[in-house]
Amino acid sequence: MSDPKHESEAFRKARNGRNIALLIGLLAFVALVFVITIAKLGANVASNGF
Amino acid sequence: MLKTTASKFDPAAGVAAAARWQDYVLLLKPRVMSLVIFTALTGLVCANVPLNPVLAATSILCIAVGAGASGALNMWYDADIDAKMSRTRGRPVPSGRVQGADALALGVTLSLFAVGLLGVAVNVLAAGLLAFTIFFYAVVYTMWLKRSTPQNIVIGGLAGALPPAVGWAAASGTAPLNAWLMVAIIFFWTPPHFWALSLTTGDDYERAGVPMLPVAKGEPATRLQILIYSLILVPLALAPAFTGLGGVVYLAIAALGGAAFVTLAGRLFLTKQRGDAKRLFGFSIVYLFALFAALLVEHLAGLKPLALLPHGLLG
Repeated sequence: MSDPKHESEAFRKARNGRNIALLIGLLAFVALVFVITIAKLGANVASNGF
Repeated sequence: MLKTTASKFDPAAGVAAAARWQDYVLLLKPRVMSLVIFTALTGLVCANVPLNPVLAATSILCIAVGAGASGALNMWYDADIDAKMSRTRGRPVPSGRVQGADALALGVTLSLFAVGLLGVAVNVLAAGLLAFTIFFYAVVYTMWLKRSTPQNIVIGGLAGALPPAVGWAAASGTAPLNAWLMVAIIFFWTPPHFWALSLTTGDDYERAGVPMLPVAKGEPATRLQILIYSLILVPLALAPAFTGLGGVVYLAIAALGGAAFVTLAGRLFLTKQRGDAKRLFGFSIVYLFALFAALLVEHLAGLKPLALLPHGLLG
């Protein structure tokens, strides 16, 4: 049988890794939506001649 | 979500080992994704429409994520097949590192994000084509054709062929004949490419009960089909030089590469050697890459396409 202490450490590490990856993914999505908004706003402002 | 109480996969208990974030990346089939990114980028650039760099990058990202999502859906549905094949049994779901339900959730979520964002940020045509691509790969190919007909990868290959049209639509809001010509090249390239691979993978597909052509119709029929599709593909790949899409560099690559392609397919047909199947498989990747790289470089460098046919004929 494997050592339960060692096992839980491995799981904890894997879960932390997944959580950090998810955090980075969500932050990147927020940043992307922000940048897209600015890009589209800029294009609309330019085409309206303001 | 994942249960974290066991270190070994136990199908009866439905418990998976701890999944690392890299396992979720593998669900997206990064190697397939890289080809999709490349062909979609070529389509986007060949449209010759100035596009905001942020929106161009967003388009490619959405297409790549959409392709990855369909890969995750494929791995969820095909876990039973993958577990029986030596080439695929190490994948995250059959090896027990990721639960099937998690792969499904990832695939559905990323599909919705990719299609939704492409529709909102770029245009509805591109988003619609991307949604169709995901549906075609995950439902038409994976759930229906793959297990039921030896023509599975011929028809299913359309999903892998569509990214240039999605890229073109993202740039211009339209999908003209030249975009579909790029789709047709990948569509007719897929069968000889994939069948050459399946001739080298032994009895993997037979063991898994997948009716791939060599399993269902035998190797001689497969070699003949490879030759037939190669003879359709090579002239088709020359067509962009006539329709205002490809230039001199493209024509040279398509002619030389096409000659080599047909030679390799002919040799495989005559010699029946597994080594020739391997060579054709390897060359097919180089050939497709070279064709699209030529189009990409010509358009980025502003080289004039040949248009050997009169304009207006193709809209």
